[in-house]
Amino acid sequence: MMLHRVFSGDLPRNRLLTVMLLAIAVALAFAPFVFPGAKALNVAAKICIFIVLVASFDLLLGYTGIVSFAHTMFFGIGTYGVSIALARMGPSWPAVAAGAGGALALSLALSLLIGLFSLRVKAIFYAMITLAVASAFQTLASQLSEITGGEDGLNFKVPEMLTPGFSLSEQPFLGVSPDGKLISYYLVFAATVALFLVMLRIVNSPFGRVLQAIRENAFRAEALGYRTVVYRTASNVLSAGFATLAGALLALWLRYNGPDTSLSFEIMIDILLMVVIGGMGTMYGAVVGAALFIVAQNYLQDLMRIASDAVEGVPLLPDLVHPDRWLLWLGILFILSVYRFPAGIVGKLRAMK
Amino acid sequence: MSAVAVAPALPDALPAVKLDRLPLLLVPALALIALPFMGSFSTWVTLTVAGIAMGMIIFIIASGLTLVFGLMDVLNFGHGVFIALGAYLAISVLGLMGGWTASENLLLNLLALLPAMLVAIAVAGAVGFAFERVIIRPVYGQHLKQILITMGGMIVGEELIKVIWGPQTIPLPLPAAFRGSLLLGEAAVEKYRLIAVVIGLAVFAAMFWVLSRTKAGLLIRAGVQDREMVESLGYRIRRLFVGVFVAGSSLAGLGGVMWGLYQQNVTPQMGAQVNVLIFIVIIIGGLGSVGGCFIGALLVGLLANYTGFLAPKVALFSNILLMVVVLLWRPQGIYPVANR
Repeated sequence: MMLHRVFSGDLPRNRLLTVMLLAIAVALAFAPFVFPGAKALNVAAKICIFIVLVASFDLLLGYTGIVSFAHTMFFGIGTYGVSIALARMGPSWPAVAAGAGGALALSLALSLLIGLFSLRVKAIFYAMITLAVASAFQTLASQLSEITGGEDGLNFKVPEMLTPGFSLSEQPFLGVSPDGKLISYYLVFAATVALFLVMLRIVNSPFGRVLQAIRENAFRAEALGYRTVVYRTASNVLSAGFATLAGALLALWLRYNGPDTSLSFEIMIDILLMVVIGGMGTMYGAVVGAALFIVAQNYLQDLMRIASDAVEGVPLLPDLVHPDRWLLWLGILFILSVYRFPAGIVGKLRAMK
Repeated sequence: MSAVAVAPALPDALPAVKLDRLPLLLVPALALIALPFMGSFSTWVTLTVAGIAMGMIIFIIASGLTLVFGLMDVLNFGHGVFIALGAYLAISVLGLMGGWTASENLLLNLLALLPAMLVAIAVAGAVGFAFERVIIRPVYGQHLKQILITMGGMIVGEELIKVIWGPQTIPLPLPAAFRGSLLLGEAAVEKYRLIAVVIGLAVFAAMFWVLSRTKAGLLIRAGVQDREMVESLGYRIRRLFVGVFVAGSSLAGLGGVMWGLYQQNVTPQMGAQVNVLIFIVIIIGGLGSVGGCFIGALLVGLLANYTGFLAPKVALFSNILLMVVVLLWRPQGIYPVANR
């Protein structure tokens, strides 16, 4: 069956989940037509990019059971690679390719190095080392200001086809003018779909099964003859590669890059929240988690503003539901997810039948 | 006629564990190596005191974390929350006592600082107790969940601090008599750093005493070495662990007060920033080792100040470099703890 092949035999397996995923996919596919306005399109593009990023983290955390805090580092290498290349070489497709290619090479080499160096040790040790390495990398990026633009970041031009000034035709198509912004969005969307399906293929391959075996019991997997260090490192390298590509997409979409857009620890926390709330080790969790989180990030605040106004005058309560405190509630949801439903929303839905 | 079997002479003492002295030399060695690069002796004295002061504060914060890990294999990524909490409590308490902190009288200043520290210790300890109960207890023995859940605790804690004190950076000025510096010969030494060194040494001495001279300390050290053995001898290590966790949180609160005064301003994110530093320290020291943590903290403090003076750009990475060098020398940290 065709559908079966495309999804690598790993279908959502729950009616409600299928509906949810279809809704997200349809909403993203027709976002420029259904939700007009720059903010909505931005949110949609961000969801696409974070689906790739979160899915790549799920490959590492959910499928292999490795906690890394250096995932934003690889994401940042992707954004910086493309932005530096575009800023230096001018807005052309070869520049994009060179930037993405260079970034990919750097990410793969770096993740291989970190993996071989420290994946032999326990999970906790790896988490701490990656935390230290990531913070050092962030400092490095803001210090090398001649190359990276420092704290100010880089503004750069993208290839002409992707600029808002470019137009395919004068005629608006379904009420939307087919300009460069639209092309960029569909570039991001198509890349997301492709990368997501590739990752789904990877985790459902024999290789992916070995990763899950290592997650469940590394000792037993080793006893069965699988070199766990090799598999863990491979998982680390793959996930770093996908994160880098997600970063490259972000750079193309934003046309700006700074330390806070891709490297900051806040983004690492966001990724962690998305993958856990969505569901670890499910891949579809990345889609649900990223969509939910980014919509919440952008629209929950409006809801909370209403709530905050409603409880005006009551002590402390308005502060708790203050629009800027949305992360508090997602953090609580995160803790509850880890306790109550470790497989997240997707796991919960699948268990419901 | 010597039918009576002569009992073999009892050894004078129990076979002592051979003390690994080499790492003890690291701190003076680093200080001496730095001396020729400094240009003048007075600069060196200033920087060394500053480094030791910074190291002491880091040690106060990190010691609890390393013990908690050693005893129960729990690494608390939320440790930073207690640091930030301590610093914010200091703002509130010192703010209430504006009159005393503004006065030039050293005694009044100390009297103002003391309640701030006590409040920080008490509240951080209480929050630590609740944190252990609610956050950590359900996930004992599951590393992955521990990392995630303590990280979650950190996010929520940071947001709650923002709810109470607001998200902005708040200045935390030193009490009047602590400002400025003393002149030791040619070298200027900031007064507050001397105070930090004194407090740090006091905490280290107290901790050393508890760990080596009391029964609770004996059990803690035994538990770090081999938890199951201690349990099988009938001790409830879980209770001991709660005690250590609360003490560690209190120390982090105390360290937060001192770190806040050292930086002279406080942000809700400071916990996460200091977290990275203390992780490096406890990795350098060997996870679970208090002595290693002490040496690691001093090394990090000294190196940060020396490189900050000589090559500010390198200073940002000095910790990582130090960690790599130490791990290449001893992959488990300076003092590896058994069974880990």
